[in-house]
Amino acid sequence: MISRWALRIMTSVIVAFIYIPIVVIVLYAFNQNRVPSWPPPGLSLKWFQAAAQNRGVLDAFTASIGAALGAMTIALVLGSLAAIAVARYRFFGRETISFLVILPIALPGIVTGIALKATFSEGGIPLGLVTVVVGHATFCIVVVYNNVIARLRRSSRSLEEASMDLGADSFQTFRRVTFPQIRTALLAGALLAFALSFDEIIVTTFTAGGVKTLPLWIFQNYKLANQAPIVNVAAVVAILLSMIPVYLAQRLAGAEGATRA
Amino acid sequence: MTTLATTPASRRRRAASFLYRRPRLQLALLLGAPLFWLVVAYLGSLAVLLVSAFWTYSAATDTINTKPSLDNFVEIIQSATYRTITLRTVGMAVLVTLTTAVLAFPIAYYMARVASRRVRNMLVVAVLLPLWASYVVKVYAWRIILSDQGILNWALRPFGIQGPGYGDVALWIVFTYLWLPYMILPIFAGLERIPQSVIEASGDLGGRSAQTFRRVILPLAFPAVVAGSIFTFSLTLGDYIAPSLITSTQFLGNVIAGKLGPAGDVQFAAALGTIPVVVMLVYLAAARRLGAFEAL
Amino acid sequence: MIRGINSKRGWALLSAVVLVAGGCGASSTPAPGTPSPSLPAAATPSPAPGTPQAAATQAPTIAATPVPTEGSTVPPSSEPSPTEVASSGPQASGMPTQLGPGEGAVKILAWPGYVEDGSTDPTVDWVTKFQEDTGCTVTFDVFGTSDEAFNLFKAGDYDLISASGDASGRLVDGGYVAPVNVDLVPNYADVVGALKDQPYNTFGGVHYGIPHGRGANLLMWRTDVVTTPPPHWSAVFDPASPYAGKVTGYDAPIYIADAAVVLMQTKPDLGITNPYELDANQFAAAVDLAKQQRPLISEYWSDYTKEISSFENQDSVIGTTWQIITNLLKAEKPPVPVKAIKPEEGSTGWSDTWMLSSKSAHPNCAYMYMNYEVSPPVQAAVAEWFGEAPANLKACDLTTDPNHCKIFHAQEDGYWNNVYYWRTPTVDCGDGRGSVCTGFDDWLNAWTDIKG
Repeated sequence: MISRWALRIMTSVIVAFIYIPIVVIVLYAFNQNRVPSWPPPGLSLKWFQAAAQNRGVLDAFTASIGAALGAMTIALVLGSLAAIAVARYRFFGRETISFLVILPIALPGIVTGIALKATFSEGGIPLGLVTVVVGHATFCIVVVYNNVIARLRRSSRSLEEASMDLGADSFQTFRRVTFPQIRTALLAGALLAFALSFDEIIVTTFTAGGVKTLPLWIFQNYKLANQAPIVNVAAVVAILLSMIPVYLAQRLAGAEGATRA
Repeated sequence: MTTLATTPASRRRRAASFLYRRPRLQLALLLGAPLFWLVVAYLGSLAVLLVSAFWTYSAATDTINTKPSLDNFVEIIQSATYRTITLRTVGMAVLVTLTTAVLAFPIAYYMARVASRRVRNMLVVAVLLPLWASYVVKVYAWRIILSDQGILNWALRPFGIQGPGYGDVALWIVFTYLWLPYMILPIFAGLERIPQSVIEASGDLGGRSAQTFRRVILPLAFPAVVAGSIFTFSLTLGDYIAPSLITSTQFLGNVIAGKLGPAGDVQFAAALGTIPVVVMLVYLAAARRLGAFEAL
Repeated sequence: MIRGINSKRGWALLSAVVLVAGGCGASSTPAPGTPSPSLPAAATPSPAPGTPQAAATQAPTIAATPVPTEGSTVPPSSEPSPTEVASSGPQASGMPTQLGPGEGAVKILAWPGYVEDGSTDPTVDWVTKFQEDTGCTVTFDVFGTSDEAFNLFKAGDYDLISASGDASGRLVDGGYVAPVNVDLVPNYADVVGALKDQPYNTFGGVHYGIPHGRGANLLMWRTDVVTTPPPHWSAVFDPASPYAGKVTGYDAPIYIADAAVVLMQTKPDLGITNPYELDANQFAAAVDLAKQQRPLISEYWSDYTKEISSFENQDSVIGTTWQIITNLLKAEKPPVPVKAIKPEEGSTGWSDTWMLSSKSAHPNCAYMYMNYEVSPPVQAAVAEWFGEAPANLKACDLTTDPNHCKIFHAQEDGYWNNVYYWRTPTVDCGDGRGSVCTGFDDWLNAWTDIKG
């Protein structure tokens, strides 16, 4: 049908499309001027220096990583619990669970954001890192849930039954049979949850209070004629740092991923 | 062989058998936390928001009237401006979904069925990596590309054509760009799941590759496309940051955010917020019927 | 390990419990983010600005009173409030008569450019010295429009705000700001007379803030693209403009007043004397003009970095600006060729006031900062950086450009006769016409229609 070569060309074009703005981002991290204009009048390393000394961006990185870890953990727990329940049990309302789980990520972030903010104010809960984590965890549950449930559906129940026939109780079975099977799915889900939380801005705008996660800091700093290129530096650093976990996760998931047979 | 000793192992076994005999309790323990979180915390907060949509706020007097009324909804329905904005937003969401699907499919197909294992892993990393570059920074990069004296116009000048500049066409491009990875990954996963034996069987039954593609691969991959479209549609429907930077027309997200921030009218914003919620619920119901939930 | 659980009754019960639990949280308590309680049934409109509402009728909450340290007898500034409480934010019961030691911190919400600590430009910094002198650490946030400012201030825990006239009235009406004892601000004495006791900073005879400075919104254009200098604002509202698609305007409902200013010149028979006091007819005309301008617009701006990049990249070549934006464009490398004027028919503008939060946790530092910002050296620095006329004329001897005050007409009262400072439009016209003018709610709604 379409030759392999045509596919290769299309793929390269699309990859180029994906990366041109990334190249622009990297380029302007070295821009001599504060305001980006084309072509950049000159290159300079001064923004990297400024970024290293800027308390704001460093605090924002820490806040983002903290929030992402928190959201990832909660999503891992809640997502796998729900996935196990849906995959291994039959009960009334089972199909609705999938619907419910996907709702936070399917409804527009701004609606989730203002709903959570309204509830927090009413409950007298002050906005801060905790509320950010709560907001993020809510829409991260689905990525863990999907990965785990897909894996559980593929893996055979007979293994678990055999384990219990051989005398293991349900806890032992989970620890020794089920968990190893879903481990890489959990990892993939955790990584995606972390990425989603790290870059989230809309829900965070409404739930953060005074806390500045990295996306919030970036957005606000663009508006001040401050040191806008520091923002580009932050983005470059984030991409570089992310290469490691993404690559690792891909290796692990690929090793256990579905093959074509 | 029962034992009366209370070692940790035996306690665990007793707990396990206790639970084994009570499947409902086991299920309740499993589902309790997630359900509490999703139903009480999440659906509950949506309910709180919905309640406030029936209240009205006046900026002039800075007061909220908590007598339930349909004023907000009446105003939205009667206003031609909000109708236009809603149509514009939904239309953009549809366009963006179509474009991302068209762009994502070839690369996902290549990754899933053609590329060697090494290339496939590299491509997955290549597609995932830009997700870590902040969304806001990417939009600002597009501002540089699309501006009047920007990169795109500079590249097109030798050919005598002008780029679209800031506006809705530019926004379409930017949205397509931003959500492309969210479409590529589900389609890739969906295509990967198709067993090779099915394709071979199709060939055995006399189908040429074009027919196999149209009649076997596409239908099997379709749920995955719908699954990806949930993201692209929903993300476009609610976004306000990209529209505020790339175009000057208003989208649903802009007016909602505008009512929240500058106008301080949370009540009207909540009422406006019901529009994308309703649209997405309808979309989700359709997507579920098309099998997208299994393909996420 | 498959279990069949088909007890619908059990699930119905569980869901009912869960939904009731969620529903209880959603019962009709006052809306989030608002000072409670709200009025029952019909909300009565508040009277025109000028009447301090509820300033003294509320019992002060503990956190609300700005706490002077010793020996302050605080007579509440008692104005009997003639109307119902619009919204009851915590109120100050009165003003301190003496300043205590600083609390170590102060949180400020300001127009970008009013509070500089060297992070925008290392040579522009007056905050560091304040911190060193007083020990009050300054944290600040900025905003793009008065509406943003109003809502941020309501929701946040700021001590000070630089409020333009279209925010100050609403802040006072809502009880978010407290009266200011000008005797505790020595530099107030040197503030130019034209800015004292104005309707946007003095309400019912009570001072609610310290004047900061004033300026006009200017018409700016790129001199390399717009070769004939435009003399009037009508140039950016002209449907036949050669710069269609490259015009910019300010992104806030108050911009409708700029259309009204054009109408004052082009359609005098509409009888507009004040661009914020528009009856139904006048308002409709202004909105129509703004809608006519819409196709000409490249993008509206409210944060000035957007306008800077817009002009630098030639996405806009003409439009409304503040002097600071023009200055920054000229300071770019290479400099962007722009010029800005106040057209002869006048312009909208702003006269800003430092106001103190009624629930300020750091009132002493706040007073110290207000005094500092109105002191001659700081006034000189801000006025030159932002490009405005300072409130304290003693700054005129200290500006780097000796002609600064002359250029900005700081002492020339006549210049300001046709600069219409931002103020919140109210239903009460404030003149003989009575209550026939369009109020701010209508401006907000019209703005959404205009932007389309």
